[in-house]
Amino acid sequence: MKIFIVDDEAPARERLKELLGDIAQEVPTRVVGEARNGLEAIEQAPQSGAQVLLLDIQMPGMGGLEVARHLAALEEPPRIVFVTAHERHAVEAFELNALDYLMKPVRAERLAAALRKASVPESGKLARAAGGAAREYLSVAERNRISLVPVRDILFLRAEQKYVTARTRSHEHLVEEPLIALEREFAARFVRIHRNCLVARAAIRGFERAPGDEEEAHWLVVLDGIDERLPVSRRQWPMLRDLVA
Amino acid sequence: MVSIRQNAYRDVLPDFRNLGVVARVLIAVNVAAFAAMLLAATDLAQVLERFVEGAAFLEPLLLGIILVLFALAGLLRRLPYWLGCAAVVALVMALVAAYVVAIGMAPALPRMLLLSALTTGALLVYFRLLTKAHSPALAEARLQALQARIRPHFLFNSLNAVLSLIRRDPQRAERALEDLADLFRTLMSDARQFVRLADEIALLERYASLEQLRLGERLRISWDIDHAPSDALLPPLVLQPLLENAVFHGVEPGTGTSDVLVSITRRGDRVVASIENPYVVMDGQPAEMLRAGNRMALDNIRERLQLFFDAEARIATHAAAGRYRVEIEMPYRAKAR
Repeated sequence: MKIFIVDDEAPARERLKELLGDIAQEVPTRVVGEARNGLEAIEQAPQSGAQVLLLDIQMPGMGGLEVARHLAALEEPPRIVFVTAHERHAVEAFELNALDYLMKPVRAERLAAALRKASVPESGKLARAAGGAAREYLSVAERNRISLVPVRDILFLRAEQKYVTARTRSHEHLVEEPLIALEREFAARFVRIHRNCLVARAAIRGFERAPGDEEEAHWLVVLDGIDERLPVSRRQWPMLRDLVA
Repeated sequence: MVSIRQNAYRDVLPDFRNLGVVARVLIAVNVAAFAAMLLAATDLAQVLERFVEGAAFLEPLLLGIILVLFALAGLLRRLPYWLGCAAVVALVMALVAAYVVAIGMAPALPRMLLLSALTTGALLVYFRLLTKAHSPALAEARLQALQARIRPHFLFNSLNAVLSLIRRDPQRAERALEDLADLFRTLMSDARQFVRLADEIALLERYASLEQLRLGERLRISWDIDHAPSDALLPPLVLQPLLENAVFHGVEPGTGTSDVLVSITRRGDRVVASIENPYVVMDGQPAEMLRAGNRMALDNIRERLQLFFDAEARIATHAAAGRYRVEIEMPYRAKAR
């Protein structure tokens, strides 16, 4: 079984390797990679061919819970075993369909039991959504690679036919998540201006009246950093107007 | 050993701005007046009549006195206890004299003065007993509740780090366990005893070596403690939580190497300790929560410093240019007072 270890503390990674060695008779494993934080894990784990991630939760940069949510976008996501010193993330971890949740310091038997579960055929795919905190990144999966889009850089999210376009100052990314789920997760950051469009609250510079159409006023949102104007639906206008006032 | 108890038992004037104190004064004086009428009158109807008459005389005076005490409460509190008591009695007598003369009852002056002095004295004795009965228990309960707590994840991560050492470097593992034992001995010790600065510094070093084990090159601590007065007394675990905060908020969220600066020195009759760490700015809500956690730890230390040193200690924080600094200043006390 191919294992990938993610922990920001070197002794913790060493300890897991020792334990894997101890239980090798019972559960033969091979460590195919290690990462010191979430971003490294996203970068390296998909190509490593890892089947199981031993994943710490509290890490600098990106925490383990968010790592798991991004990996879920892969075609064949690895199974996740969380390894943490905190009890309080257990519920969210299982909502993400994690294989197991181990408390540090980990016992060899517990680790073996968790890994044995991994050899049983998948019971359910790694889930992407959980009730927890909003992610810091959106992820776009391409076969064996995950690219991340920092949520704070996104100016607007617009539903196209099959995808949602996430627009930053310089790029457009295609995201495979329903707009309604994004709206719920990032309610603090984005506001709906139209049936098919969410706009970053902080990026709104103002509103312009659309040319023509004298009778029924029609408004456009002006955003920071891009020239594109986005139409505001009549239904959302009163709420947006209050937001700016 | 010097203990907080002495501080807690120290006599203080009642706080004349406290609603409870004001209410007690009002009730006590009125009950006394009623009792006096009861004693002097011949039947019950007369008691009520006289009490109402008396109230018309008494209440304006009483309210006036309370207002003056309220206004001067800050000043009075700064006086030594007995001097403060004398000042309160004198103040009350002066106000009574002025009032009695103003309403044209000068002949009754000596009687009124004696009466007011006795009442005020009795009330001060009552308040003194009241504080004596309550405050040490209160201070102790507060101290117990405030006893510094180490974050549980630190314990478990440290144990995990020690486990990883046992096979590779048994001696280092032994040292780490000894450090952990010392740290927890202090944590579970009596929160009311002063400790020597040298001991608190030793504790800081033990804690730092455990964190170093866990975080490796991510944590770099510089010590500027050559001029620390090792015999100074301070409440236990005042500095360690600050270093723990620095690691938790300033080092753990960063992926690279973070510098923490610990400096302890003596400036005249003050001991000044400061801990500085990088200030990691994060996006969105988690940072708010972290800051709240940090503030809680600081409030805890501030309150304990106050219980030990009263108003003589100070804790301040500065955040600028990506660095966060906490500074504690306390009086230099080398032995029991």
